[in-house]
Amino acid sequence: MTPEKRPFSHNLSYYEDMHLVVAKTRLSENVVRLDVSAPRIAEVRQPGQFVIVRLGEGAERIPLTIADADSDAGTLTLVIQAVGKSTKDLTSLEVGDSITDIAGPLGHPTELITSGRALCIGGGVGTAVVHPIAQELFSRGVDVMSVIGGRARDFVIFENELFRFGDVIVCTDDGSYGKKGLVTSVAQDILANSEIDIVYTAGPVPMMRAVANLTRPFGVKTIVSLNPVMVDGTGMCGGCRVSVGGQTLFACVDGPEFDGHEVDFEMLMDRLTTYRTAEKQSLNPNCQSRHASVSTHLP
Amino acid sequence: MIAKSPDTPSKPTPKQRMLIERQHMPEQDAQARAANFGEVNLGLTEQLALLEADRCLQCKVPKCVNGCPVKVNIPQFIKHLSEGDLPGAAKCLLRDNVLPSVTGRVCPQESQCESECLRAHKGLSVAIGYLERFVGDWAREHSGDQTPNEVTPSGKTVAIVGSGPGGLAAAGGLAASGHDVTVFEALHKAGGVLIYGIPEFRLPKKIVEAEVRRLEKAGVKIVCNTIIGRTYTLQELQGQFDAVFLANGAGLPIFMNIPGENLKGVYSANEYLTRVNLMAAHEFPNSDTPVLRGKHVAIVGGGNVAMDAARTAKRLGAESSTIVYRRSKEELPAREEEAHHAREEGLQFEFLAAPVQVLGNEEKWVTGLKCVRMQAGEPDESGRARPVAIPGSEFVIPCDTVVTAIGSRANPLLTSTCPDLQLNKWGNIIVDENGMTSLPGVFAGGDIVRGAATVILAMGDGKRAAKAMDDYLRNTETESGSIRNNIMASLCDVNL
Ligand SMILES: Cc1cc2nc3c(=O)[nH]c(=O)nc-3n(C[C@H](O)[C@H](O)[C@H](O)COP(=O)(O)OP(=O)(O)OC[C@H]3O[C@@H](n4cnc5c(N)ncnc54)[C@H](O)[C@@H]3O)c2cc1C
Ligand SMILES: Cc1cc2nc3c(=O)[nH]c(=O)nc-3n(C[C@H](O)[C@H](O)[C@H](O)COP(=O)(O)OP(=O)(O)OC[C@H]3O[C@@H](n4cnc5c(N)ncnc54)[C@H](O)[C@@H]3O)c2cc1C
Ligand code: FES
Repeated sequence: MTPEKRPFSHNLSYYEDMHLVVAKTRLSENVVRLDVSAPRIAEVRQPGQFVIVRLGEGAERIPLTIADADSDAGTLTLVIQAVGKSTKDLTSLEVGDSITDIAGPLGHPTELITSGRALCIGGGVGTAVVHPIAQELFSRGVDVMSVIGGRARDFVIFENELFRFGDVIVCTDDGSYGKKGLVTSVAQDILANSEIDIVYTAGPVPMMRAVANLTRPFGVKTIVSLNPVMVDGTGMCGGCRVSVGGQTLFACVDGPEFDGHEVDFEMLMDRLTTYRTAEKQSLNPNCQSRHASVSTHLP
Repeated sequence: MIAKSPDTPSKPTPKQRMLIERQHMPEQDAQARAANFGEVNLGLTEQLALLEADRCLQCKVPKCVNGCPVKVNIPQFIKHLSEGDLPGAAKCLLRDNVLPSVTGRVCPQESQCESECLRAHKGLSVAIGYLERFVGDWAREHSGDQTPNEVTPSGKTVAIVGSGPGGLAAAGGLAASGHDVTVFEALHKAGGVLIYGIPEFRLPKKIVEAEVRRLEKAGVKIVCNTIIGRTYTLQELQGQFDAVFLANGAGLPIFMNIPGENLKGVYSANEYLTRVNLMAAHEFPNSDTPVLRGKHVAIVGGGNVAMDAARTAKRLGAESSTIVYRRSKEELPAREEEAHHAREEGLQFEFLAAPVQVLGNEEKWVTGLKCVRMQAGEPDESGRARPVAIPGSEFVIPCDTVVTAIGSRANPLLTSTCPDLQLNKWGNIIVDENGMTSLPGVFAGGDIVRGAATVILAMGDGKRAAKAMDDYLRNTETESGSIRNNIMASLCDVNL
C-alpha cells in the first residue's frame, strides 16, 4: 500500500488557482459574507487564524479572519465590513469574480478549553471572528454561550450560525432587536450569575477593552482578538506590533489573540489612526494625482 | 583610446593598460534623482565597458578571485569582454554567478574583489562590479537568443522555501541538473529582499522579474502566497519531495528597545521599504497602500538598509533625512557607493550618536529622536572600538518619522514548527559543510544560516547546496522517490 499523496508537483492548480468567489451574501448594510475558493487553507485552518488578502495588482494586503471553512468544497468564509478602500473593493465583488492573492492560514490558533463553559462575546463584524471559536468549542463538548451586539437590528450578524452551538443573547444599541444596551451589561449579568471558565471576545477595540475590564474583577481569563494594521502577516515588518504585559509583540505571528487583561488597548487604538489622513485620501475620487502626499502632522 | 574590431582584437601592452583611467559610472544627476525612483547608476556603454576591460592586467595569479565569495573567474570574463566576445564573457560569468545583473549592482566590491585588484595598490582598481553588471545586463537582454540546455529529467523533486537570492540560485542549479523544482514563497511576489527590500533606484525590479522568468522558463515552478510552517509544514514537504532547501532569510526586524518606539511614525526599515518597494506606496493613492511621507526623517543604523531607507525618505519628499549611527564615519558598514550617493543626494549624518528615546506629542505622533553622543571606547569582540555614551551629552533631532535599520534576525515562523531542526543560539539553522541541516535531505543556506549577510553569499550557498543536493539525490534512493516510481510503474501497467 502506498500512502495517498497530495499531488504537489503534478497538479499545480491545487494551489495556483485564482481565488474564485463562489457565494456572496449581504449580512448588513456594510457587511458582506464571501465564500471564496482556497482549498489548502480551508483544509488546515484552525479557529483564530486569518488570511492576508490582496485583491489584485496595486491593491493592499489586508488581514481577514477565517470566519468559517468548508474543507470538502475547498472554500473559506470571509466576513468583511466595508470601512475603507480595500474593504469596499472586496465587498463589491460578485460571484464569479476572483481574488488574486490569499495567503494563510496565519497567526496562532485559538487557545481552546476542552471542557467547562465559555462565553463568546462579539460586536459587529467581530461576531464572525468569534464564530469559528464557538464552533470548535462546541465540537469539543464545551458549553458555549454567546452574547452578540450591533448598533441596530440590521447590524446583527451570525445569530443563527452561533445559535447552533448554544444560547445566543442579542443586544442592540437602540433596542431595535434583542436587549437594548451594550454587550458588556449582558455579560456582566452572566458572569455574576453563572460559572464561566473563559471569555472569548472580538469586535471594536473599545468594546474589547470594556469586556477585559469587566472580566478582570471576576478573575475570568479573557482572550481578545487584536486587529492592528498589517502588511506581510509573517513577522517580517513589525508594523502590527502591540504591547502585551509590557512586552512588544507582533500580532500576526505572536497573536492575533492575546490575554485581554495584559493588552495595552490605548496603544492599539492610537496606532490604528496612523493612516487616517491617507485612508480618507484613498477614498476621495478627486485626489488621484500621482504624487499626492500623505501629509504628516508637523508644520 | 584603443581601437576595437572584433576581427583583429588589438592587444594593449601592460603599459598601455596602466595608462587607461578608471571609467566613471554614468549616473542620474543627484538633484533630479533624489526626487524620482529611477535607477541612479545608468550602466557603462559598450565602449566604456571595453575600455574598462582593457585596464585589467590579466594577472597570472589573480588576487581578485580570492576576494570574491563565490570565486568568479574575473580575469577570464573580462578577457572575453575586452576581446568583444560578449557571449563568451556572459557564459563564463554565468557559470560562476547566476545573478550577475544583481550582484554587479549590490555587491560591496570595494571590500571584496576590487580591494584585492593589483591596480588598487597603485591608484584605482579595475571596476569589476561595473563590468559584471554590464555583462550581466547584456546576457539578460540577449537571453532570448540562448536556448536552454536540454536536460534529462532526473525524476526527483525538490522543494525550495523562499525566493530570495539563495532560493533562486539553488533553483537554477537544481533545474539545470534535471530535477523538478518548486519554490514556495510567503509573499505574493518572488525575489525576497531583492524585491521587497532593495529599492528600485538601486536594483530595478524588472531585473529580478526577468531572473524569475528565466527560471520559470527552465521549468522551475514558483508558488507564491505559501508560508511553510503555516500553509504546509516542513514535514509535509519532506514527505512530498525528495529533498528540501530552506532559504527563508533573516526577515525579523530588530527594534531599538527604547521608550517611544511604538509611537505613530516609527517604522522598521523592513516595513518602510516593503510599503514602498513591494506595495508601491510611493504611488499612493494610485496604489492602495499608504506610507507616511515624513518631512523630517531620522534613520537609525549605518548599513545598506539604513542608506536605502534614508534615500527612500528623500524620494518621498522629506526635507531632511538624517542617518544616526553610533560609530564613526570611517566605520560605516554600507557599501561605499551608497554612502557616497547618499551624501550627494543631501542626506545628513549624525555619527557617534545613539538613540535613547523617541519623543512624541499628545496624539502619539513622533516629534523627535533623543540621542546621546558616543565616543570610541575599548575594542569589542569584533575588534572595532566599542562606542560608549558620553554622560550628559543628550540632544534631540526634531523629526516626524523614525526608521530603525539596526539589523534583522532569523524569523522563527518556520523553524519554530520543526523541533528537530538544529539551530544556534541566534535561531539560525546549523548546516554541515554540504549545507545539509540536522534533518536528512533538508539543506539550508543564505541569511537563515548566516544571519543577515549579503546577496552574493546567499547565492553562493544556493549554488553549493544545489550541487550537494544533486549528489544526495543521485546517491540516495529517497523514500518518496521510490514511492513515486512505484506509482508511475503501476500507472504504466494500467495503460499498457
Ligand atoms: C488579524 C485581523 C483580522 C481581521 N479580521 C477582519 C474580518 O474578519 N473582517 C473585517 O471586516 N475586518 C477584519 N480586520 C480588519 C481589516 O483588516 C481592516 O478593516 C482593513 O484592513 C481596513 O482596510 P481598508 O482599506 O478597507 O480601510 P482603511 O482605509 O485602511 O481604513 C478605514 C477605517 O478603518 C480603520 N482600520 C484600518 N485598519 C484597521 C484594522 N486593522 N482594524 C480595524 N480597523 C481598521 C481605520 O482606522 C479607518 O477608520 C482584521 C484585522 C486583523 C489584523
Ligand atoms: C534593505 C536591504 C538592503 C540590502 N542591500 C544589500 C546590498 O547592497 N548588497 C548585499 O550584498 N546585500 C544587501 N542586503 C542583504 C541581502 O539582501 C540578503 O543578505 C539576501 O537577500 C539574503 O538572501 P536569502 O535568499 O537568504 O533571503 P531573502 O532575500 O531574505 O529571501 C527570503 C525569502 O523567503 C521568504 N520566506 C520567509 N519565510 C518563509 C516561509 N516560512 N515560507 C515561504 N517563504 C518564506 C521571504 O518572504 C523571502 O522572500 C540588503 C538587505 C536589505 C534588507
Ligand atoms: S504584519 Fe508585518 S510583522 Fe506582522
